[in-house]
Amino acid sequence: METKRKLRVATTSLAGCFGCHMSFLDIDEHLFELVELIEFDRSPLTDIKVVGDCDLGIIEGGLCNAENVHILREFRARCTKLVALGACAVNGGLPAQRNHLKLTEILEEVYHTSPGLAHGLIPNDPELPLPLNKVHPLHEVVKIDWFIPGCPPSGEAIWKALTDIVAGRDPELGFGTLHYD
Amino acid sequence: MSATFTLDGKEVPFRDGQTIIQAAQEQGAWIPHLCYHPEFKPHGSCKLCTVTVNGRHMASCTTQATAGQVVESNTEALNDERRTLLQMLFVEGNHFCPSCEKSGNCKLQATAYELGMMTPHFDHFYPSRPVDASHPEILLDFNRCILCSLCVRASRDVDKKFVFALSGRGIGTKLIVNAASGRLADTNVAMDDKALEVCPVGVILRKRHGFAVPIGERTYDKAPISECPDYSPLPAKEEA
Amino acid sequence: MNDKDPAVAAVLPPILARWQDDPTALVQILREVQEQLDWISPEAIDVIEKALKLPRSKIEGVASFYSFFYTQPRGRYRVLFSDNIIERMQGSVALMERMCKCLWVEKGKVSEDGLVSIDTTSCIGMGDQGPALLVNNRVVPKLTEARVDQLCELIRSEVPLADWPAELFVVEDNIHRRDVLLDSDLAPGDALRAARERASHDGLDAANTRSWREGLPGGLIGPASVIEEVRRAGLRGRGGAGFSTALKWDACRNAPVADGKERIVVCNADEGEPGTFKDRVLLNSYADLVFEGMTVAAYAVGATRGFLYLRGEYRYLLDQLHAVLARRREAGVLGRNILGIAGADFDIEIHLGAGAYVCGEESALIESLEGKRGTPRNRPPFPVTNGYLDQPTVVDNVETFACAAMIALKGGAWFAGIGTEKSSGTKLLSISGDVAKPGIYEFPLGISVGQVLEACGASGTQAVQVGGPSGTCVNVAEFGRHIAFEDVPSAGAFMVFDSTRDMFEVARNFVHFFAHESCGFCTPCRVGTSLLKNLMDKLANGHGSPYDFGEIENMNHILQQMSHCGLGHSACNPVLDTIARFRPAYERRLSNVNYEPAFDLDRALAPARLMTGRDDEGAHLSVHFEESQP
Repeated sequence: METKRKLRVATTSLAGCFGCHMSFLDIDEHLFELVELIEFDRSPLTDIKVVGDCDLGIIEGGLCNAENVHILREFRARCTKLVALGACAVNGGLPAQRNHLKLTEILEEVYHTSPGLAHGLIPNDPELPLPLNKVHPLHEVVKIDWFIPGCPPSGEAIWKALTDIVAGRDPELGFGTLHYD
Repeated sequence: MSATFTLDGKEVPFRDGQTIIQAAQEQGAWIPHLCYHPEFKPHGSCKLCTVTVNGRHMASCTTQATAGQVVESNTEALNDERRTLLQMLFVEGNHFCPSCEKSGNCKLQATAYELGMMTPHFDHFYPSRPVDASHPEILLDFNRCILCSLCVRASRDVDKKFVFALSGRGIGTKLIVNAASGRLADTNVAMDDKALEVCPVGVILRKRHGFAVPIGERTYDKAPISECPDYSPLPAKEEA
Repeated sequence: MNDKDPAVAAVLPPILARWQDDPTALVQILREVQEQLDWISPEAIDVIEKALKLPRSKIEGVASFYSFFYTQPRGRYRVLFSDNIIERMQGSVALMERMCKCLWVEKGKVSEDGLVSIDTTSCIGMGDQGPALLVNNRVVPKLTEARVDQLCELIRSEVPLADWPAELFVVEDNIHRRDVLLDSDLAPGDALRAARERASHDGLDAANTRSWREGLPGGLIGPASVIEEVRRAGLRGRGGAGFSTALKWDACRNAPVADGKERIVVCNADEGEPGTFKDRVLLNSYADLVFEGMTVAAYAVGATRGFLYLRGEYRYLLDQLHAVLARRREAGVLGRNILGIAGADFDIEIHLGAGAYVCGEESALIESLEGKRGTPRNRPPFPVTNGYLDQPTVVDNVETFACAAMIALKGGAWFAGIGTEKSSGTKLLSISGDVAKPGIYEFPLGISVGQVLEACGASGTQAVQVGGPSGTCVNVAEFGRHIAFEDVPSAGAFMVFDSTRDMFEVARNFVHFFAHESCGFCTPCRVGTSLLKNLMDKLANGHGSPYDFGEIENMNHILQQMSHCGLGHSACNPVLDTIARFRPAYERRLSNVNYEPAFDLDRALAPARLMTGRDDEGAHLSVHFEESQP
């Protein structure tokens, strides 16, 4: 029997909580099937730090700072298809709930006016990524090919979407697997 | 012999004066809708219930049924258009389902599930809409308002109170309450007002009742909205 | 009454008394309060709430719907520059900036001393003598730098508007071609007498007036003969839709009227379509013709009450129109026992709009007349059976009534002999833009676009927007097309663009207009017009990709298919038309990448840069990823 070339897949978590990656692991015994179908490039699972040329990039989390944007763009450049995984990647999610607050006021409160702050300086080390004015979902910066909503998407939803993609279909989630929460 | 029209090829009988959605619902057929509620005068604003009648797009909640109409509803083209309307509603407000008490009982969410909405697609408006927590028992979270006006109609037509009204224009349209202070606590709202029961999304919430039903047992966990009879989407006034 | 604000206590009672505490007059009451107090304060709403016995939420909902009502103080001088593309071409943006600079105020804000606010408003109907502005609802046309400086001086010196030089407010008619309407010298009552004459050969006065006296349809030989003439004339509505006037009148006439109810005739003078100003001229110089037409309609359908719904921008015409109505009552051609016929009663009230284009849609107009938010109704039922306060109501355009008066005077056959077979009569065109002589031109329908261009002295024309933003854009290849219902219909606007103009910017201005004027009732229009506006702005800012272009096309589809009323249906017309004819104007704005961010990434870091004081490389983001590659 002919062996199909494995899909090369990179994953990352931007402004997210890694909950989607944890949920990814919840596909349990399907992991065995999965490793027959795909191989991992850059991912928290492999500890590879630089994304190489991939068939698929799976991104958890939205965009809250400049570093998120850089990584997202690298993924877009290196991956043929991109998947936004989970609520934050799809619509900004929990981090985007800061959007009704002014960033300047947030920084002010966190570093200046909160009680108990010794020095009250806003960190300005060039090593630190600057926060964006608002938190944005991925599709507002690069083209996203597929979306898997959920906070997190269940292991079942992730497995279904991945098998759809591997089979060359647009992922579809039905009743019970399609969730925004 | 009653008169009939066809809905997606099936004969649907109707009585004089019924709208298309009323006749369809009586037969157990589901046409997506948000601002329509069988107990209130149709509003015709969300446009989710748009069907084609003899090829023309019409809101089924405001279109009278007539004999021989050829009505199409569950078509790929119409569901695509409805999904776009849902996406518009999602980006217009701030809809963060994971932190919403109404999740699982929300008609907007359930309708989006049913129509397979995987993404809000458009660029978000992220409007600033402060919540009103002034009332001791009720929280108003305007972030989730879809301007369906069901609470406006319920307050006006059933409670005879005008607690809620629409204000502003265009994309700036918003829900307001009937008080000079703009605060719900200063209105004559009462806990048994119908207006408090009809919100299809998570704007009008009873304080200290959130997340009472575990995930998996909420209304639309158990069955898709297309199989749920039209009901008042708030968990009944439970004992504390 | 109210002890907090003596101004409120002094101003409100006479206004409320004049409108008899009538809740259906809410829009009018708010307008008068705004006029006298400069804004609608919470204290004023307190008083209105009690007098009209309306819920406060409803009053606030209405007040916040109309652009000309302010529930926050907006300054004693409220300047609104007309934001029509034609006036932009004539330099309105620079003139507004000049005024902002001169008066130290930011656009959209109120000056710190509370003296003045400066903003834009949708086209105010002065396309032939722009740029123009409204100051406290008074029109100042023909703006130049010198005139702007003069206005600034008057405002800075706090000269009351009443003491401003009168020449500032002079609005010209600018009539350059007259035909049967503008050449008419109809004396008040002529058309009514002719209509009666035509129907009274059987000697039955009673039958003629029956509809008026009893509010019931008369016999065929009664006032129905007026409708017969209108039918023979082939008159179609001049507001744009081109519906048969006779059919509309017939339906109203045959609609049952409940006890204590009456039939209503409404003249739609909400001329809000950008680029249109012919109703302004008709009402300024031919008001008798219009009122006569309304009275003919009332006679035909058996109406006893009439309204002129005048757009707020034409507030300056109000006093002279009231004078015309008074004169007509005096002359026995309006009011009770018209022409001395017992029971022939019909009178006209004037209601003003307050800055809402959507009120040009007839059911929204009726809502506004009833003192509500101007939201288009669900139809059916139509106004002809369930209109103003649920009564049978005819709503027609100003020009339609002028035509009806002439038809009553000269007969349907005469009218049908003018124009084309399907489009009888003449059409007033409001011509503006790149032409030698902008103004009003009356032509028989069927005239070609090219002939019109020649008449108004246009040269180097690349496009004409016929019928305003919701109308049709025609290019050079189509200048042989005809202004007629069967070819290029027009509500009156004829905006001319020469080859130096950027047709993308024209469409973008129109899209902004629709987003600003969307009433917000239905999802597709409320959200879709704003999304479309954002997409057009993205292209204008050089950040549009082919993907965004596809999005524009999708949005057009949704607006057309799903919107509640004509506003949403037409909102994408200018875009569709200009894409079809001037595609390069769009394409040259599209970047060569497939996808562009929705927002300016580097600017999104600006607040953080400010707070941290950083400006290193890592504190910036490039627009395009490719550029940041080594």
